[in-house]
Amino acid sequence: MPTDAINALKAADSEAAPSHQPTLGFVGGLRWMWRQLTSMRTALILLFLLALGAVPGSIFPQRGASPLRVGEYLQDHSTAGPWLDRFGLFDVYASSWFAAIYLLLMVSLAGCILPRCIQHGRNLRSVPPATPRNLARMPEHRTFTTDATESEVVDAAEASLRSARFRLRPRTAPGTDASSMAAEKGYLHELGNLVFHVSLLVLLVGVAWGSWFGYHGTVVIVEGDGFANTLTQYDDFVPGRGFSTSMLAPFSFTMDQFDARFLKDGPNRGQPDQYTADVTYRVNLDADPRQQQLQVNKPLNVNGTKVFLLGHGYAPVFTVRDGNGDVAWSGAVPALPQDPSFTSTTVVKVPDAQPEQLGFNVTVTPTPPTQVDPTTGPRSIFPEANDPRVYLGAWAGDLGLDSGVPQNVYQLDSSAMEQLGREDLAVGQTWKLPDGRGSITFDRLAEFANVQVAYDPGRWLVLLAAVAAIIGISLSLLIRRRRVWVRTSVDGQGRTLVDVAGLAQTEWAALAQEVDAVVASLPGAQTAVEEQK
Amino acid sequence: MSSQTWAHISNGLVYSTIVVLAVALMAFAADLAVGTGRKRSDLAKQRRSSLARQSVGTSGDTALVAAASPETAAEQRWARVGVSLTGLAAALVVAAVITRGISAQRPPWGNMYEFTLTAVATLLVIWVAMLPKRPEWRDLGVIVVLFNVLLLGVAVLVLYRESAELVPVLKSYWLWIHVTAAIIASSVFTVGSLASVMYLFAERYERRDIAGQTGGVRDAIGSRLPGSDQLDKVAYQTIAFAFPLWFFAVVAGAVWAEDAWGRYWGWDPKETWAFVTLVIYAAYLHARATAGWRGRPAAIIAIIGLAAFLFSYFGVNIFFVGLHSYGGV
Ligand code: HEM
Repeated sequence: MPTDAINALKAADSEAAPSHQPTLGFVGGLRWMWRQLTSMRTALILLFLLALGAVPGSIFPQRGASPLRVGEYLQDHSTAGPWLDRFGLFDVYASSWFAAIYLLLMVSLAGCILPRCIQHGRNLRSVPPATPRNLARMPEHRTFTTDATESEVVDAAEASLRSARFRLRPRTAPGTDASSMAAEKGYLHELGNLVFHVSLLVLLVGVAWGSWFGYHGTVVIVEGDGFANTLTQYDDFVPGRGFSTSMLAPFSFTMDQFDARFLKDGPNRGQPDQYTADVTYRVNLDADPRQQQLQVNKPLNVNGTKVFLLGHGYAPVFTVRDGNGDVAWSGAVPALPQDPSFTSTTVVKVPDAQPEQLGFNVTVTPTPPTQVDPTTGPRSIFPEANDPRVYLGAWAGDLGLDSGVPQNVYQLDSSAMEQLGREDLAVGQTWKLPDGRGSITFDRLAEFANVQVAYDPGRWLVLLAAVAAIIGISLSLLIRRRRVWVRTSVDGQGRTLVDVAGLAQTEWAALAQEVDAVVASLPGAQTAVEEQK
Repeated sequence: MSSQTWAHISNGLVYSTIVVLAVALMAFAADLAVGTGRKRSDLAKQRRSSLARQSVGTSGDTALVAAASPETAAEQRWARVGVSLTGLAAALVVAAVITRGISAQRPPWGNMYEFTLTAVATLLVIWVAMLPKRPEWRDLGVIVVLFNVLLLGVAVLVLYRESAELVPVLKSYWLWIHVTAAIIASSVFTVGSLASVMYLFAERYERRDIAGQTGGVRDAIGSRLPGSDQLDKVAYQTIAFAFPLWFFAVVAGAVWAEDAWGRYWGWDPKETWAFVTLVIYAAYLHARATAGWRGRPAAIIAIIGLAAFLFSYFGVNIFFVGLHSYGGV
């Protein structure tokens, strides 16, 4: 029966229909649950839940990506916010319910895939089933008569199917009738499908491995400064749960020079063109220094730990002298960019100044305006440093650093301070503060880079699994498992009647051509076709 | 010629494309009104008597096509006009992409406007180029053209940006790999999902036709579409082709993100929605192999897939802040 043949071919790939009712009892119940979990329907529903579950992470701000925006959101939505938080909606991809979805999917996948792997292993060694009786009802069927003998036709069919790399049912197999040939091909379909699904499991293992034993952190580095890979040097550090400080590769580097270029004309004037950082790094304390250029898209790779250039900004360099004429402070202060032209703001805090502590509000304009707009204040007109200028507001009094309350390094708490005045300086200029409180010199404008350091030991496994998955799914979708049969018999006039038929597991356009090719290779088929015309 | 002049030429070509597509749309609508309807109802009758299928000794599909009364040249006239105009539109929009590239002195994939232009060019070229091999795709003409007119309209009205340099993060050869794969995959997904939209109408009509209770606008549309099994097949074949390519595009994007942002996956809104699209189309492929989910439910999933893709394409850039929000919009 052809329907049996179709079912047999399909059964290998589609779910086993839940044919019998659950048996009573605990073990039976468990087995029933397992069968439900590993059914195609459950897989489908879990896939849906996975897609649905990923969505809120794009709607609500996420702690991992932007903790500040989560804080703002919680402030703005004081009733809904805490509830959303309770359901993990600010941490979707680390939440227990999201984990439940993908872990269930993975368990279902494993439970579905393992039996199929075993089944496939058996299939690989099995022989194609015998030729069904009624070939006329197969989706592809051709018939013709020829003067060649039955065994000539079967021999030719065997040769042609073999050279087309079909697996043949041995003529000696029990129940095989000598006047027919049964062949099967396309085992790679199933293999590809299994490779794809197994790769998804491996991919998840790789992701988990990487996030467990990896870390990433960011740091602001001013031109000329260095960085050594130790915890204290990071501004922000996110370790995996299995992280230990011994995993910090002992490299170090200095940022010799940083260069940001911007488009000078055209409609996108002022848009960044390229950032380049020249670094000198050592793989460890004793290693020879090496040079490399870091760019966006071109990280530094130190034995698997990667250093990425994320962004940049300006850091004015000041020297502050106090009332006694002593240098109370000197160095570069990174300033936060406020607009695309890099108008940037920061503060300088000088706790050691005598007789009173000093503080400065600083606005940096890499390219200053010809005239300062009194409502907006000084605004840079181009992101590159052409004749940079700083606008200062000076304060004297108590900086409040000893109060124990942690302070924002970019803000001045002026509640216990007295304003001394305002001034703006070009590079090299000095402002003498009133009442003999000292002076401040704008030495130069340095640049700083935002650098991310990341170590992810799982990423090779992830890449490998992803590549295997792509190859697997391509094989699976391009190749179809199909069977081809040739049967001969003798018709009323003593000529040989040949039936050729094909069946593919799912509709497949190329099956017709394949069957035609087999027909064309049989003796007498050519003349039969011409007679028909 | 200056960069500005090339940009103007490109814009002119885009406007011409829209006009030509609008006329093509009318031609396809006329074709639906006069042509395929008759052929279509023949097909439905055929399908009802499944014996007809088995008594013909060749493949099921060829049998159906062969048995349906062949369309007369007059019936095909409007479809032919539509196809020719769509071919012209494809050529125009390809020229628009090329001139835009010359103007910017780089491949024209730097912002949403340019992505959309290239996607329309890819979609139209694929559709026209496949017609000789897959004549049944012609029946998708009306919806493919409508979709592309809308895309171009959004591109011109909402997404337009002056032609310019790339931001640093886009300067990577992974951009070309990632974007090329994504544009081809999404174009083919779109053909498949649009076929599924038509499937829903055709399938509904067939069901109601058998029950003898057709009527209303939806059935009027359904009665003029190709047979549902034909549409189902187009949907499956296209989505099965596009799925591995989309998977590849996502992986290529991850490799690039690893170089640019220091992590291969960060659940950025764009990444999230690319993932959602992938999972939904995976669900579609599953549904096709799950008892009780073939046909209508699978078609609905394919349409949800297109919705998710469109959202990942337009919605994410418009509604969300993320690393992918470069190049304007
Ligand atoms: C991690 C989530 C999963 C994804 C992304 C996924 C994806 C896919 C894709 C794209 C196909 C189409 C390949 C083809 O048609 O040959 C497929 C087929 C298949 N999947 Fe999955 N799958 C997942 C989980 C599962 C699970 C949990 C099961 C078991 C219950 C399963 C069982 C199958 C089976 C049996 C097929 C073959 C269907 C056929 O005969 O065409 N998959 N899967």
